[in-house]
Amino acid sequence: MDWYPLFNSLRIALISTFFTFFLGIFAAWYVHKLPRALKGLLDCVLTLPLVLPPTVVGFFLLKLLGPNGPVGGVILEAWGRKLVMTWYASIFAVIIVTFPLMYRTVRGAFEAFDRSLLYAGKTLGRSNAWVFWRVLMPGCKQGLTAGTVLAFARGLGEYGATSMVSGYTPGRTATISTTVYQLWREGNDALAYRWVFVNLAISFAVLLCINLLERRERDGRWSVGSREV
Amino acid sequence: MSLIVDIRKDFGKFRLRAAFEAQNGITGLLGASGCGKSVTLKCIAGIQRPDAGTILLDGRPLFDSQRHIDLPPQKRRVGYLFQNYALFPNMTVQQNIAAGVRERRGRDETVAGLVRSFHLEGTEHKYPRQLSGGQQQRTALARILASRPEVLLLDEPFSALDSYLKWQVELELSDLLARFPGPVLFVTHDRDEVHRNCKNVCVLDHGKSQPLQSVHQLFQSPATLSACLLSGCKNISRARSLGDGRLEALDWGAVLRYAAPLPRELSHVGVRAHSLRPAEGPGENRLLCRVERVVEEVFSTVVMLSTPGGRQGFSQLRVEWPKAEWAALEQPEQLWLELPPEALLPLSEH
Repeated sequence: MDWYPLFNSLRIALISTFFTFFLGIFAAWYVHKLPRALKGLLDCVLTLPLVLPPTVVGFFLLKLLGPNGPVGGVILEAWGRKLVMTWYASIFAVIIVTFPLMYRTVRGAFEAFDRSLLYAGKTLGRSNAWVFWRVLMPGCKQGLTAGTVLAFARGLGEYGATSMVSGYTPGRTATISTTVYQLWREGNDALAYRWVFVNLAISFAVLLCINLLERRERDGRWSVGSREV
Repeated sequence: MSLIVDIRKDFGKFRLRAAFEAQNGITGLLGASGCGKSVTLKCIAGIQRPDAGTILLDGRPLFDSQRHIDLPPQKRRVGYLFQNYALFPNMTVQQNIAAGVRERRGRDETVAGLVRSFHLEGTEHKYPRQLSGGQQQRTALARILASRPEVLLLDEPFSALDSYLKWQVELELSDLLARFPGPVLFVTHDRDEVHRNCKNVCVLDHGKSQPLQSVHQLFQSPATLSACLLSGCKNISRARSLGDGRLEALDWGAVLRYAAPLPRELSHVGVRAHSLRPAEGPGENRLLCRVERVVEEVFSTVVMLSTPGGRQGFSQLRVEWPKAEWAALEQPEQLWLELPPEALLPLSEH
């Protein structure tokens, strides 16, 4: 059995989650401070990829990154590199698809966070950056973890947008999900079953992770929002 | 040092107009909930921005809408004790206090010194949720003093405590506050806390501040209806002046002689429950009342009385007497009540 799809899927999911993590946090931070009307509008735009069919995301990405697209064209001309139909094209797709999961979870955590803690830090003379990293981030750890794990899990299973921008080339752009589809088309049920079980095992492990983390947060010293007085 | 506040802020229907000057020592900011006390504190600390006005701390402008000055909270040197203390839950007592120390040099010594003077020895490595209410408050105060503020703002400092703890914590806090050299603003809705802790008090009524007065004045001769209600007076009637040293209490249906000077626009008259006395028979400032209800408190008896000329229900007088004194009257159905002229509090609406 060729393990390349597993390696490729993990690689894409890890790299995308890294970017989604920071993008989601900063988007959540700036949006949660906005006035209500603007917040509602931006919130819709940023959440759109969650409800759009992944093929629509893939379509837009092809238009943007393809050799004739505004971004893809420039890159092709400058470096002679094609962006689509490569393994890393999937990273763009997965970042866009997983972004809303991170953004929404973190924004919820920010909104539930006791603001007087932020104000306290500022009146004590601490910089806004210190308050953000030392007070807000640790206090929202639960939301951050949940968002990250969800984004990673979603990224690992991404099929629609990925298959459009990266296609399926064995040993080059194949991921677990595109491999399962390809094996089924070829009628290779035995191998398809193997990859299905790999997928199940990973998903199960991720969910187990979430549950364990949640339990630790509940019993540990992190209790956000409700503090015993 | 002095803190001079004169600010305006509108939130739709609610309009905040706060103007007062706090000198060294503890100044109370007394008001019912939702009157704008917390917003006023947040404006002083730089957490919220007033629409217009000035905030001066010892001559230094913290906020001045005309000169476009609006210092960030970090530069104001305003210590803010939050209602829930706002200790960082992810940090120990030691780390929380260290968060307030501005200079890196000598941080450990400063923290150790504060831990000692706030009696927090042994809790240095505990997290806030492992502390008692009093310890949490002392940690929060130590953290604030670590940042060397020039003024202290206390937002309902005892509201998060159980009543049996409150007394002890209040005594401790007043000892600690006595050592603070600058002005302290003490926000509360509790007249007893003001009476025990403050020198002067500013009453905030529906977002509008009233002139600063001494605590003695608030309890002896409150000038306005809201100040009188906040100082705990239970008996209030609409009133109009009749000249010649007498006024008519409209809700009680009685003409009364008074001793205190009248405010500019007399609108109400108040009398405290404990200054009403039973009388033998008719006479000046005496009313024949019907006993409506008797409520036994722990150490006293509260009697609700309706007055002959008054409207039912609204006009009841509330009298509070020691249990023995009430028992000596042998459960009368009616009784003569004396409202001594010097006990009457003439009030204006604003």
